[in-house]
Amino acid sequence: MQVDDLENAGNPTPLLTARQAGLVACTGCGRVHEQGVERCERCGAHLSSRDTTSLQRVWAWWFAGLIIYFPANLYPMLITNTLGTEYKNTILGGVIELIDHHSYFVAGVVFFASIMIPVGKFIAIAYLAYSVRHRATMSDHGRQVLYEVVEFIGRWSMIDVFVVAILSSLVQFNFVASIHPGIAAISFALSVAFTMLSAQSFDPRMIWDAEEAATE
Amino acid sequence: MTETRLDPSELVACPNCDTLHHMQDVPEGARARCMRCNEILMAPKGGAMTRIVVLAVTALILMIAVVFFPFLDLSASGLEQHSSVLDAIMAFSDGMLLPLTFAVAAFVVVLPAVRLMAIIYAIGPLIFDRPARPHAARAFRLAQTLRPWSMAEIFIVGVAVALVKIAGMATVSLGPAFWALVALVLVTTIKDTFMCKLTIWKTLETQRRS
Ligand SMILES: [Zn+2]
Ligand SMILES: [Zn+2]
Repeated sequence: MQVDDLENAGNPTPLLTARQAGLVACTGCGRVHEQGVERCERCGAHLSSRDTTSLQRVWAWWFAGLIIYFPANLYPMLITNTLGTEYKNTILGGVIELIDHHSYFVAGVVFFASIMIPVGKFIAIAYLAYSVRHRATMSDHGRQVLYEVVEFIGRWSMIDVFVVAILSSLVQFNFVASIHPGIAAISFALSVAFTMLSAQSFDPRMIWDAEEAATE
Repeated sequence: MTETRLDPSELVACPNCDTLHHMQDVPEGARARCMRCNEILMAPKGGAMTRIVVLAVTALILMIAVVFFPFLDLSASGLEQHSSVLDAIMAFSDGMLLPLTFAVAAFVVVLPAVRLMAIIYAIGPLIFDRPARPHAARAFRLAQTLRPWSMAEIFIVGVAVALVKIAGMATVSLGPAFWALVALVLVTTIKDTFMCKLTIWKTLETQRRS
């Protein structure tokens, strides 16, 4: 497959951005408008040269996600009743149980999706939001890749929520065996949703603006 | 700035880094990348519109099978339980399960179905060279917004993990709805590889004017 680049409008280098040219670009569809246009003429999205409220919304969702992440880990995710005996399992407890049953691969999947991804995501979003206002140690390209990874992988944390929902709607044999969701299932689902909204609020153009400011 | 005045309609800006590029015809099968951040700006494919609509309709039909056919059959110590996705949604057993089943219904059935319908509504008329429907742009924007919230593929992994977890407790067999869901995820993934956002937006724009 041939890869050919579109020609940049600001020939020769350095590359020209819409903001430098006094124009406003739509992040939804790429259409470029004169300054002052409120809505995109092509797709109808709200236009802003830079989303000035972006960082506020990133941090607001980030904190909401973090606060609710604690009960998600401390309270039971799954409550199992077998012949009158009740077992409660937290997220980490569920992983340990899988290891005890020698299901190492599945334990690894759940550990990665429920613990590694959420923790990594909190750190990555905080770093990205921090780096647009301060000197970044990571290159623009590196941070762009980091942002894309966060956006792509963050949703996969929902695996454990689905597991709980499937098990508790499936295993309902009254006193013989029944499974119920714990409060952590709701907290965790909300935490994943909030951090997804946090990542979506981030305007990646801010990553590249820092470089612009430095070279000017 | 010393450059000559730029005509905005001749330009395309990278959604990631705001860099301006001159609009050019990109041959089918080729990919145009942003000169600065390497983001793929355009990747038109031959017959993409028709394929997107056909695949979206297929996925929507599969969704009907997912909802109404038995999903999992469970048997443990003489007891048996069949459950379709609809049963799971309707089983308002206890307090905590209710919001959870609503979340599952939204992420696995409702939002993916709405996204498919929005895509069919927006792109459908274009393959017959008909003018775009009113609010076609809004429908396609909705489809873009819903993309990260359609989680059928994640649900499948969830099913696999759940099966391992109750393996010692009960025997589970996969019903036709499960396989319909697997097919739906495959069809949706193939459809999304044909989706070149910029090409669709430009077509929607020209079809609205004509
Ligand atoms: Zn637009
Ligand atoms: Zn770019």
